[in-house]
Amino acid sequence: MHIDYQLLRFEYQRSPDQSAAQVAHHPVVVVGAGPVGLATAIDLAQSGLRVLLLDDDRCLSHGSRAICFAKRTLEIFDRLGCGDRMVEKGVTWNLGRVFHRDEPVYSFDLLPEGGHHRPAFINLQQYYVEGFLLDRARSLPNIEIRWGNKVAALDAREDGVELTVETPEGDYRILADYVVAADGARSPIRRAMGLESKGRTFRDRFLIADVRMKADFPAERWFWFDPPFHPNQSVLLHSQPDGVWRIDFQLGWDADPEEEKRPERVIPRVRALLGRDAEFELEWVSVYTFSCLRMERFRHGRVIFAGDAAHGVSPFGARGANSGIQDAENLAWKLALVLRGAAPDSLLDSYDAERVAAADENILNSTRSTDFITPKNESSRAFRDAVLELAKDCAFARRMVNSGRLSLPSTYRASPLNTPDSDVFDAPMVPGAPALDAPLGDDWLLRRLGGGFTLLHFGASAPTMPETVPAIRVVNLSTEEDAGGVAAARYDARPGTTYLLRPDQHVCARWRRFDPQDVRAALDRATGRA
Amino acid sequence: MLNTETNIAAPDEFYEALLAIHQDLTPDQARAVDARLILLLSNHIGDMAVLRQAMARARQGIEPAGHDATIAARA
Repeated sequence: MHIDYQLLRFEYQRSPDQSAAQVAHHPVVVVGAGPVGLATAIDLAQSGLRVLLLDDDRCLSHGSRAICFAKRTLEIFDRLGCGDRMVEKGVTWNLGRVFHRDEPVYSFDLLPEGGHHRPAFINLQQYYVEGFLLDRARSLPNIEIRWGNKVAALDAREDGVELTVETPEGDYRILADYVVAADGARSPIRRAMGLESKGRTFRDRFLIADVRMKADFPAERWFWFDPPFHPNQSVLLHSQPDGVWRIDFQLGWDADPEEEKRPERVIPRVRALLGRDAEFELEWVSVYTFSCLRMERFRHGRVIFAGDAAHGVSPFGARGANSGIQDAENLAWKLALVLRGAAPDSLLDSYDAERVAAADENILNSTRSTDFITPKNESSRAFRDAVLELAKDCAFARRMVNSGRLSLPSTYRASPLNTPDSDVFDAPMVPGAPALDAPLGDDWLLRRLGGGFTLLHFGASAPTMPETVPAIRVVNLSTEEDAGGVAAARYDARPGTTYLLRPDQHVCARWRRFDPQDVRAALDRATGRA
Repeated sequence: MLNTETNIAAPDEFYEALLAIHQDLTPDQARAVDARLILLLSNHIGDMAVLRQAMARARQGIEPAGHDATIAARA
């Protein structure tokens, strides 16, 4: 059955909290039912917590908006129980092509090696991503979603946060131990707390025209600099499910955003690309400018910011929604441990340290791409044009062509949760890096790992864990299971090699030999107890 | 380490060749040639430390009197 997730409307329902004699208490309140809020709520609920999710609206995303979801995000969706649906519906792609005028100058394969369960990217409209996450959230009995519930005020105290929530039936109050603010780029919570997100805006405007048509372009990312059909500007073409195509036209700073949205302006631009006789329908049109910015800190006591509320990037590189999902995953396990009393509150500071560093990495990459696509002075334009011209016959210049460096998960190199290597490894999975996938017969390594702290041991049999080490899952990989040796190669493993993985599947320690004392110390460190 | 001692055997010949590739060009065309030349030479040198030293020396003594097209963002 086909569901149009854009048309779904959710009912506001009165909650018993609204007439409670005493202000109701919730361990964690997530504000904003976008991709980041939904992912956070699901992750928290999967670890057994009771979650309240508030959204001021009564519907999902209008328009395709974020469409590129990266491999790491899909792996997170797998852990959240909805990866298969995303990948089945999405358009899988690995290849990007860049053209200058009408000549191909550069192409890149984002996943040149095999042996990964998930592709480099899928394209999927944001309303499907939200819809599938919502379906999953609704299947979890410990998530309560309240639509049409807007946080009007909050009082963040040392012992908890009091929220004033506005509804069609008037205001009510609740108390929360922690609040996750996933309430978007304009974050009302950020504003209510007198906080700011700062950075810079680029003087350029872009037109997104999502069109529905039958077309035989391949499922690849095509990017033109200065094409004959849209001179002096860039154009991006990308495929989405249901025969929808994303076309992104650079317009320049002087374009009138209201004027450019009118179909009589948009249709000729699309025809110039597709040909005069092309048949298509406009699905969604939007004109935007963009900024790279972030909050100075993402954690403010018991209120923690995630996704667009905390940071923003330009869309070239697909680093907005993807980094927001990684925020959610980084935060959820820490919050769950703290709320269960298994880790001190200070563990949440590591969310701030790790995700601020990740945001800086995303902003850096996004700014570099934007400086290439939107030259900010005459010199940067001259160098950009020179790179594109040289790229025709000079290999070095092709590597400088930057139409967006696409989202990769961050390695938390400087994280206080890492145990530095004491043994020698020749593999990129340093402490702080996300675990790499590998095929295990019909199964996949990341699927086997799942969530929770996990000890990945390479050897004939699993080591016995003494009682002095808190119960963690042990996954043992024998050479029979890792028949192709891909896992051993990616982890530079020999018999006895042991990796300790966090619940978000990032490495926090690794050794050549299993030693329960080392594991215990590393676990203490990774949970903020050391 | 950036070599600022004489390294070109025939300096006058080099200088003449450098001017020759700019002959009869408009400022925009000349800028295009210079940009390509800088990119080609930089890749040939390859050593980022040397390149940074050269960039710093090139920029020495020039106070910015222009303005880039970005705007401070606050949200």
